[in-house]
Amino acid sequence: MFLGADIVQWLMKNLSIEDPGEAIHLGSLIAAQGYIFPISDHVLSLKDDGTFYRFQAPYFWPSNCWEPENTDYAIYLCKRTMQNKARLELADYEAENLARLQRAFARKWEFIFMQAEAQVKIDRKKDKTERKILDSQERAFWDVHRPVPGCVNTTEMDIRKCRRMKNPQKVKKSVYGITEDSQSQSPVHTPAQAVRKTTKDDLHKQISFLNLQIDRHCLKMSKVAESLISYSEQYVEYDPLLTQPEPSNPWNTDDTTLWDLESRLSKDPSQQRVKRWGFSMDEVLKDPVGRDQFLRFLESEFSSENLRFWLAVQDLKKRPLQEVADRIQEIWQEFLAPGAPSAINLDSHSYEKTSQNVKDPGRYTFEDAQEHIYKLMKSDSYARFLRSNAYQDLLQARRKVAFSQD
Amino acid sequence: MGEMEQLRQEAEELKKQIADARKACADTTLSQVTSSMEVVGRIQMRTRRTLRGHLAKIYAMHWSTDSRYCCSHQKPVRLFEWDCERGRELGVLPLQVLFQGVCFWDPPKSKQVCSSSCAKPSVVFRRRVRISFVRCNDATSCLLGYLSCCRFLDDNQIVTSSGDTTCVLWDIETGTQKCVFVGHTGDCMSLAVAPDFRLFISGACDATAKLWDIREGMCRQTFIGHESDINAICFFPNGNAICTGSDDATCRLFDLRADQELVAYSHESIICGITSVAFSKSGRLLLAGYDDFNCNTWDSMKGERVGVLSGHDNRVSCLGVTSDGMAIATGSWDSFLKIWN
Repeated sequence: MFLGADIVQWLMKNLSIEDPGEAIHLGSLIAAQGYIFPISDHVLSLKDDGTFYRFQAPYFWPSNCWEPENTDYAIYLCKRTMQNKARLELADYEAENLARLQRAFARKWEFIFMQAEAQVKIDRKKDKTERKILDSQERAFWDVHRPVPGCVNTTEMDIRKCRRMKNPQKVKKSVYGITEDSQSQSPVHTPAQAVRKTTKDDLHKQISFLNLQIDRHCLKMSKVAESLISYSEQYVEYDPLLTQPEPSNPWNTDDTTLWDLESRLSKDPSQQRVKRWGFSMDEVLKDPVGRDQFLRFLESEFSSENLRFWLAVQDLKKRPLQEVADRIQEIWQEFLAPGAPSAINLDSHSYEKTSQNVKDPGRYTFEDAQEHIYKLMKSDSYARFLRSNAYQDLLQARRKVAFSQD
Repeated sequence: MGEMEQLRQEAEELKKQIADARKACADTTLSQVTSSMEVVGRIQMRTRRTLRGHLAKIYAMHWSTDSRYCCSHQKPVRLFEWDCERGRELGVLPLQVLFQGVCFWDPPKSKQVCSSSCAKPSVVFRRRVRISFVRCNDATSCLLGYLSCCRFLDDNQIVTSSGDTTCVLWDIETGTQKCVFVGHTGDCMSLAVAPDFRLFISGACDATAKLWDIREGMCRQTFIGHESDINAICFFPNGNAICTGSDDATCRLFDLRADQELVAYSHESIICGITSVAFSKSGRLLLAGYDDFNCNTWDSMKGERVGVLSGHDNRVSCLGVTSDGMAIATGSWDSFLKIWN
């Protein structure tokens, strides 16, 4: 037996924990699972004080994967009522449980009663102090598997994992060594799927997959680390959890100005937002206001066909299947067919490939062409857009307004 | 030497080459590179809203793309929609199927919600905010296992992950499977779609995460390193790295271009599994929900824990960051949804 405070100290020392609250939390978890328990309380949690705790016997450890049946619980409660000791009296919720089980097992009750009697006889033969310890350990075991109402049942599992069917470690044997012929099959435990043996085909597939992997070029860790760091640093001002947003976070102040400003229909984008368009072309394309600005700029230069093609193909990919074939024809006519009104500039290779694809239409018909145009826009149109007066004006817009308001 | 044996040896040889190539690329660790980075400081978040109304364990939640509404569901079987700002329910949809796996929200235009079931694999769709049942598609009964997660790609396509170890791309209109992604050897527990919608990742009970090409229908990369079931997975905001959360009490960051693990987020005092992960808008903060009723905030670059969100009375089963990054929602088996920032 030992004190709660001792456990907290031990945890902090051996697991390098600085915060006592953390140690208490961890200790409570261990207690809730049933490895240690308070000797005079049904509630399994750790207190950093003079409360006495005891270790659970290995027989009762959760690592043995017990799934005790209600019959065992009934035997346990019955046994308790037979022992005339004040300290072993049933608590209210236990009395209720016993009554409920008596109704449920009405037919088997004689059997249960006999088992309980047998258990009591065995216990009487044991040494007094030993019995006291065993009793408290048994009680703690049931506190884990049939917790006090209001406590969390730590033996509960995620239903998805329950359905995983292959848990051979779960022991269906009785805590008190009783053999039950009629073990009810839980509907959740369906028979496990037979494991397929690896075939030659599987190995061939695996090998071709591995060959592909080898061909792929790995980047160095230092390089990728740098790129992740620079991304997070660039965007830190856009992360409301790290930088206070202007004017305020709507969740904190109940002031929704920020959301109104950011709303997609906003005609007056903030400087911060405009600045973001300069990070990469993807940012411009993601933001509807940015897209709009980009398009207008290109139209003013009479070179908007590339962007319009790209947007049309993006839209195509989201269309319902029945509309796809028609849209493909429309796009072809508008952008690619000889004499098209908005002819885009594709290299001959991509053009050939695309005209082949059009004969067998699908959502990805224009994929190659789109990639080519994307690269073109990135190196040419996008760079010009960032240098343009229109963009620069927006970027400085607030300042201009501020000056004019003076 | 039999052909099987030869093939096996060939495969082992290739695996070794790949491992060597990875090692050659590992010229440093993320913690070394970030050692000179500024510390983020202790992040303390407070509960801004508590959404009450569920009467049972919440299993999943998802934010709408306009970051103001979310939906959540519980076992037994009720789909809730919340106006998070005002902290009240918009509607409750009781559903016929026995268990529910997950639910979520799609682009604001058509406001679809998809919910997938555990017992009888079927996918349910709904349009409009108010409760109106549009379709329950039974074509999915050709799945052999439960559905664990699903995500919309656009108004017409959904990707789902299933307990029969496959992921499937569905066409919503026709209710047919357009592509089946085979490769995992354990139940697929969750998936996430890349920011460019061309790829997606899945985490499974075989302790691996796989990157799939939606168009090609094949696996591009496999990430190993975890020691137990992977329960949760998500992309870093720029789509170049992924984070996984597992029953082995660690979250790991894998980079797609370096093809290996960059860092593992763990601490000696954390011994329970992770149920859900999400990044903040800049990717600097990683939020992870645990079985020990807490949610931890990690500095993703330095690999240190910088905060704890405690307040739930039972396991945190799901969490999500709004798309504008303003707040986080956590859902728990204690039947409450909390919004934090």
